[in-house]
Amino acid sequence: MTTVNTKLDRRSFLKVSALAGGGMVLSFSWLAGCKPTAKEELLAMPKEWFELNSYVKIGENGAVTLYSANPEFGSNVKTSMPMMLAEELDTDWKMVMVEQADFYPERYNRQFTGGSQGIRQGWKPLRTAGATARAMLVAAAAQTWNVPASEITTSAGTLEHKASGKKAGYGEMASLAATMEVPEEVTLKEIKDFKIIGNSKKNVDSQKIVTGKPLFALDHKVEGMKYAAIVHPPAFGMKLKSFDKSSVSGMPGIQEVFSISLFKDDYQRNFFDTTTYPEIVAIVGNSTWEVMQAKKTLVAEWENAPESKFEMAGWGGNTSTVTVPSGLENSSRHKERMAEYVQKSGSVLRRDGDPEGAFKKAARVIERTYSAPFLAHNTMEPMNSFADVRGDNAVVYGPTQAPESIMGTLVQALGIPKENIQINLARMGGGFGRRAYSHHMVEAALISQKIQAPVKMVYTREDDMTAGVYRPTYSATYRAALDENNNLLAFHVKAGGIPETPLHANRFPAGAIDNYLAEGWDIPSNITIGAFRAPRSNFIAGAEQSFLDELAEEMGKDPIEFRLELLKKAETNPVGKDNDYVPKRYASVLELVREKSSWNSPQPNVSRGVSAYFCHNSYVAEVVDLVIKDNQPVVEAVYAAVDCGVVINPDAAANMGEGAIVDGIGNAFFGEMAFENGVPTKTNFDKYRMIRHKEAPKKIEVHFVDNKEDPTGLGEPLFPPVFAAVANSLYKATGKRYYEQPFAPQLEMQNLKM
Amino acid sequence: MALYNLNINGKSQQVDVDPNTPMLWVLRDHLDLVGTKFGCGIAQCGACTIHLDGNAVRSCQLPVSAAEDSKITTIEGLSEAGDHPVQKAWIEHDVPQCGYCQAGQIMSAAALLAQNPSPSDTDIDNAMNGNICRCGTYTRIKAAIHTASQNL
Repeated sequence: MTTVNTKLDRRSFLKVSALAGGGMVLSFSWLAGCKPTAKEELLAMPKEWFELNSYVKIGENGAVTLYSANPEFGSNVKTSMPMMLAEELDTDWKMVMVEQADFYPERYNRQFTGGSQGIRQGWKPLRTAGATARAMLVAAAAQTWNVPASEITTSAGTLEHKASGKKAGYGEMASLAATMEVPEEVTLKEIKDFKIIGNSKKNVDSQKIVTGKPLFALDHKVEGMKYAAIVHPPAFGMKLKSFDKSSVSGMPGIQEVFSISLFKDDYQRNFFDTTTYPEIVAIVGNSTWEVMQAKKTLVAEWENAPESKFEMAGWGGNTSTVTVPSGLENSSRHKERMAEYVQKSGSVLRRDGDPEGAFKKAARVIERTYSAPFLAHNTMEPMNSFADVRGDNAVVYGPTQAPESIMGTLVQALGIPKENIQINLARMGGGFGRRAYSHHMVEAALISQKIQAPVKMVYTREDDMTAGVYRPTYSATYRAALDENNNLLAFHVKAGGIPETPLHANRFPAGAIDNYLAEGWDIPSNITIGAFRAPRSNFIAGAEQSFLDELAEEMGKDPIEFRLELLKKAETNPVGKDNDYVPKRYASVLELVREKSSWNSPQPNVSRGVSAYFCHNSYVAEVVDLVIKDNQPVVEAVYAAVDCGVVINPDAAANMGEGAIVDGIGNAFFGEMAFENGVPTKTNFDKYRMIRHKEAPKKIEVHFVDNKEDPTGLGEPLFPPVFAAVANSLYKATGKRYYEQPFAPQLEMQNLKM
Repeated sequence: MALYNLNINGKSQQVDVDPNTPMLWVLRDHLDLVGTKFGCGIAQCGACTIHLDGNAVRSCQLPVSAAEDSKITTIEGLSEAGDHPVQKAWIEHDVPQCGYCQAGQIMSAAALLAQNPSPSDTDIDNAMNGNICRCGTYTRIKAAIHTASQNL
């Protein structure tokens, strides 16, 4: 049993008078509840709600509302985080409905979706909040029945005192419980006693999703709302010079055209204040279609932007000056500049032993360079936002992963104090990191402020794809020194990118090799970049795990066995310090995937590749089975083994894992954004190839290591290893290694159909 | 601007819009049927899929002027109680992640099953290839279509 101090999360126990809880509730509906099928009898709405803390309120009839504080972008936190509350509350999941909380930092911790941290960082606080509410119900029953609280048990929303035979539903005690002292300490359940955690629950929004109910910011509408489109510069390195209002002012439905500026001159930007174009033109009108038509017609002049600098607050509170270079960049030139670094040295990020000396002694050296292009996030729901800014009050309802960050940006852009700005959290049509940069909400708010009316601003797909906050382009060169008996003497990685290095110098195989050198480099750029599902890992894992595959082959070893040998060394006799992985857990996912994929019993004509990676506190190993069918590479099956500790909602967790695998296969084969004179060369899905039904694996199995470790990340860790598992299986199928992402062009050169 | 009489989800509706306005925006902005989603605007992603006389079409490329004499069904009208076999199968397989593309996926799947009640994997791939799911729920979509096919 774990006893936790409730002071961990005092803010959830703040007494707030309004029972409705966090500010304005936009779309309250009983349908938001967790009814898995329409057949099940709907709970009656209670006459009154009693709030036990900011996450839990209970009706007099026993109905339970749980607030999901984190923004939902498809990782299903809106189901799994309330499951943790419900477990410790010890209620019946059938009695639960879930509501999306608004942004309310006084009441909720960390309303941020990103870094695969929702479950990990919610694990203790949410269970504590649930257990505290339960303890208050128990205290209410103890007082009512005049029995010791310690003799009262709970189960599925019912309180019982066995000795006296007294029994009551949570609803009957809710009003008294709400007046009870918040206990200083509560006891959390043992994992073996879990009834809800670990048992799959359907997505709480499923019924709404499959019936087309409004859920997204794009679906939001209020009386008198206007529509807006934006026009941004055509190229990175350019800015707005002028625009001709009269070019569109007579068009049907068009009302206003003006420019907006996102940042005041003296504003110190925050970590997520990456905005592609801080000054843009806004067109306001009566309907989306009309403003989109006007947008195509608007005459505007653009000019080259000079080098610029701004102050930015870092993740840890330190500040730095960011310099945005001038110029119109080209992907061909990017490639040349990155290739120069294969010969140049970078800055040393880690050195163990004497790598230079060991390379000199080597009987042979294997050197390979890997690269990958910029990637666009391409969330299915383009950037958009609703805003209603009138006078000194603002309501902004938009798709954001990071409301807390964008609040600061809104305050400075609007000149309205934080207390008067309400951010409501919309379900997001995908995020993948892109919506940590939520300037679409600031744009909508500035437009609304200018017209003093509610507005919905929508990007076209072209806006979304060409004003991206892209995954950077990267390159990594790996070298291995072998002696005459094929023993590994030294390992060297040198990796960089535009504009950042993807290297995590203390990750595997650091710690497993006596002589190890890691170097990083970077090249500045004015192309805006940002977090993209498993930042940096999403490239470096593919490079590293492809190289290890080739190295294993050169050394005459089975690729899984080779990795396990290195991990054994890291476990029993680790090299250096700060190795940021647990070798045993790393090895366990390789062992599990070996078993589940029947790795040691290969099938004829099936080409297999393996890959493993650690990121976001979790361990993943994957095997891709690939066949060449009708001259086309086809992914037949993918097996994944995952160690993310306790799994809250297994089927949903598997779903997300499957999605990450599909995402990885798609980007490995097709993902690419390029630039010519600063202009993104792909503007929509006709040119930017996304993985589709036909290319998806025929089968995906996601297996979780069954352990009792505290939960860790899941949304990202299954993504990075896929790239190498694909590359390594392709090698088995075609006899060629694949060093440059995306792989489709090379496969086409080999006369394969893609 | 012109007046159009439309038959949507079994009800007759009148809108006064430009003849070139795509059905997507007529549905979303003028009729408050927002289940049909905007994804690309060039019929490449399938998020805006509706039924026109039972056939799956991309509403972003269907001008209102071409829709007047047809029966239009949107996700809101696929079933009265949200219990079309495809919708039920979607919930059974817990298909959605972000959920944004799923209305379009469901409309494509329902049109496929209406024409081919027992589709093979290849039939499904062919019929569904125009619908992108950025979250990558393709394997679940396929399984759900097979389940729905059993329960038609």
